[in-house]
Amino acid sequence: MDEMLKLKLKRISRKNEPYLFLVLLALCLLIEVRSGQFFAANNLVDIASALIVPGLFAIGAFMVIVSGGIDVSFPALASLSVYASTTYLLSIDYQGGVWLAFLLSILIGAVLGLFNGIFIGYFKLPTLIVTLGSTNVFRGIMQGALDSKQLATIPSGMREFGTSALFIARNPVSGLTSRMPVAFLVFAGVLILMFLMLRYTMFGRSIYSIGGSEVSAHRAGYNVVRTKIIIYILVGMIASAAGVIRVSMMQQLHPTNMLGMELKVIAGVVLGGTAITGGRGTLLGCMIGTLLIVIVENSMILLGIPTSWRSVFTGALIIIGTGVSARQVISMHKVKSRSIKQPIRRGA
Amino acid sequence: MADSLLKVVDVYKSFVGVKALQDVTFSIQPGEIHCLAGENGSGKSTLIKIISGVYTPDAGSIEINGRQYNKLTPIEAINNGIQVIYQDFSIFPNLTVMENLAVNSELSEHRKLVNWKRMRTIAEDAVSKIDFDVDLDELVGSLSVAQKQMVAISRALIFNTKLIIMDEPTTALTKREVSNLFKIILKLKERGISILFVSHKLNEMYEISENFTILRNGKVVATGSTKELDAEKFSFHMTGRKFTKRHYRVERLSSEPMFEAKQAGVQNGFEDVTFSLHKGEILGVTGLLDSGRTELALSLFGMRPIDSGQFYMYGKPVTLSSPKAAIHNKIGFVPEDRLSEGLFLPQSIADNVVISEIDRLTKKAGLVDKEKRAEEIEKWVRELAIATPDPNNLCQTLSGGNQQRVVLAKWLACNLEMLVLNGPTVGVDIGSKHDIHGILQDLAKSGLGVIIISDDLPEVLENCSRVLVMKAGRIVADLETDKTDESVILSYMM
Repeated sequence: MDEMLKLKLKRISRKNEPYLFLVLLALCLLIEVRSGQFFAANNLVDIASALIVPGLFAIGAFMVIVSGGIDVSFPALASLSVYASTTYLLSIDYQGGVWLAFLLSILIGAVLGLFNGIFIGYFKLPTLIVTLGSTNVFRGIMQGALDSKQLATIPSGMREFGTSALFIARNPVSGLTSRMPVAFLVFAGVLILMFLMLRYTMFGRSIYSIGGSEVSAHRAGYNVVRTKIIIYILVGMIASAAGVIRVSMMQQLHPTNMLGMELKVIAGVVLGGTAITGGRGTLLGCMIGTLLIVIVENSMILLGIPTSWRSVFTGALIIIGTGVSARQVISMHKVKSRSIKQPIRRGA
Repeated sequence: MADSLLKVVDVYKSFVGVKALQDVTFSIQPGEIHCLAGENGSGKSTLIKIISGVYTPDAGSIEINGRQYNKLTPIEAINNGIQVIYQDFSIFPNLTVMENLAVNSELSEHRKLVNWKRMRTIAEDAVSKIDFDVDLDELVGSLSVAQKQMVAISRALIFNTKLIIMDEPTTALTKREVSNLFKIILKLKERGISILFVSHKLNEMYEISENFTILRNGKVVATGSTKELDAEKFSFHMTGRKFTKRHYRVERLSSEPMFEAKQAGVQNGFEDVTFSLHKGEILGVTGLLDSGRTELALSLFGMRPIDSGQFYMYGKPVTLSSPKAAIHNKIGFVPEDRLSEGLFLPQSIADNVVISEIDRLTKKAGLVDKEKRAEEIEKWVRELAIATPDPNNLCQTLSGGNQQRVVLAKWLACNLEMLVLNGPTVGVDIGSKHDIHGILQDLAKSGLGVIIISDDLPEVLENCSRVLVMKAGRIVADLETDKTDESVILSYMM
């Protein structure tokens, strides 16, 4: 029994999430000590609401990275699908609920994801190259063919969705209030569905398997091409949903507002212990990593650090966070090679 | 032979005009251990892929349990109980042992959802079949090579398996692990499972298989009982050439040693290693995988600098603190894994040959002297008979034996005093092996100090004049090769 416990502890210590969680906790406490405002209800709600869009993007990016690829096109993809569906709804003067915006945008997102997926899955091209290319294609269609410009008004359904709140948190000291958007439910729902899919469906396991060894996955009988295509369709759908939420929450549409988010999202995923080489990582870790980035981005002011220093801190966090996990891998290998050599010592 | 489990009849297969298999016929009985041998490119892998349904033969047929197939699909092969264990084991290093074991059967049953409890039951069943003791929740990536192989074997047994094809299963195993593998193979045989054992090592064929088939250039050149095979016949069938063994004889031994090690040691590697190397002799170093032989090899080239004792060259102390220092002292090194450590595979043969002497070929302005470079390349390609139409071809286009010649050429171009070779002919086919041995012997005769570190005992006995046996980090014997034999060396090693 003691052995079992030791084994369990050993396995936990090798996991990334406990360390990450401690770092997260330390950061929160630091901000709390400096400002006394971190654990205030309105601040927590603000952070949760800031997590929605990067969190949704991170779920998609996570899936791709686990499968052994990397996707940088999701912000452009989301921008294009949300812009196309919003302008269409405006043009028909749509007055109904937000569901049609989601439906249209997700449909367009699925088609755009299929575009990525066909090049990556069927033609077996490198994911980074394909998505770098499609980033430009998507942006080009939006700015050229659709002649995109800033839309100050959005359909009423989206506007209402963006302002509707689950509850309102009030800071007892400052009196500031923050709304918890209904969109948080969308994020939570996608997160739960993805967790279940990755853990309890053969499709989810095939993503991990392909990330571990594509050749082995093929030999085992997984349909690698189909799995890859579906991954990118799913990423397109999730990213487009995030796009609709983003526009609804901002109450207006900046076509280029989401572009450039990909690096921070990927950083959060990797910070969460997802192996950039594929095959390893958990959604929990991915969410903690993303949350870390979101908190650093949002709480610098509470720490009394000028916002102009924000990206320096974000960058440092990424280097330290990913560096630590890289060191961990190296030291694990060292321990291994040492244990091989042990018999010599005993013999000598 | 009506009761054959598997019969391959008159199979032909060609790829874009190249005949990979011609008129291949062979059969396996239930419970038979059959060895399939052949040099690289002889058609072994093509044959395996035809048996497992990956390739369709152009002509001929496959009979399984009396049923004839002209076109066998991978699924049909699996349903007929044929399982292949590839050299890379087809595992997922990022997943647990349990998932690795269970995934194939879950997929073949077309399951859509994962039931972790059922997967555990499948995995437990699988490992119990060969009494494989392993933590099912461990990641496969952190297991040893032998354990990974056991995972692959256990997984193959989940199906109603009748034939297991093992593609060079002993390549990365230690002697102890090999004998363990053989025990398991015999256990499988007892249960009526046939094994097709792909190998090019004669001693393994003797030890484990009853019958053999040797392929050469896509044709079956010999088949029969392993008992009737001897080393001479084996290498003739494998290569189509006859070799006469050249035992190395020392002709002119320098009176003073050219290289000495005194009480040399590296932490967790070896200790108290003392020996001397004279000009004109070839010194062998042998031992089991964990004996410290590899560490000694690395130390001699400055890759694991010694932390006690001293090396001497021509009586003067030398410090080999880095490969650069070793090269400066005119010591060359042929590593164990030439592909990852010895060569730039995606670069040209020519660049690989001149890389270590690039400083000498550089003109004052820092530019490479093109004429001198071309001369050097021409010379070494000719001298070592590297088989290439054009030295500007990429190194990866060469066969294993020719790649090893490029590694040799690279060092010889540097006018060495001493050359250390770690497993010089691992993965090299018999013909090239013979040629490389010839080159080394000629070099030693012309005055190069040669140290061969190898666990291939026939190689050591044939080529070295003296052999040091290492065990647990120490030298336990210093033997003259013409006064000893394999069994004596083995008794010191174990």
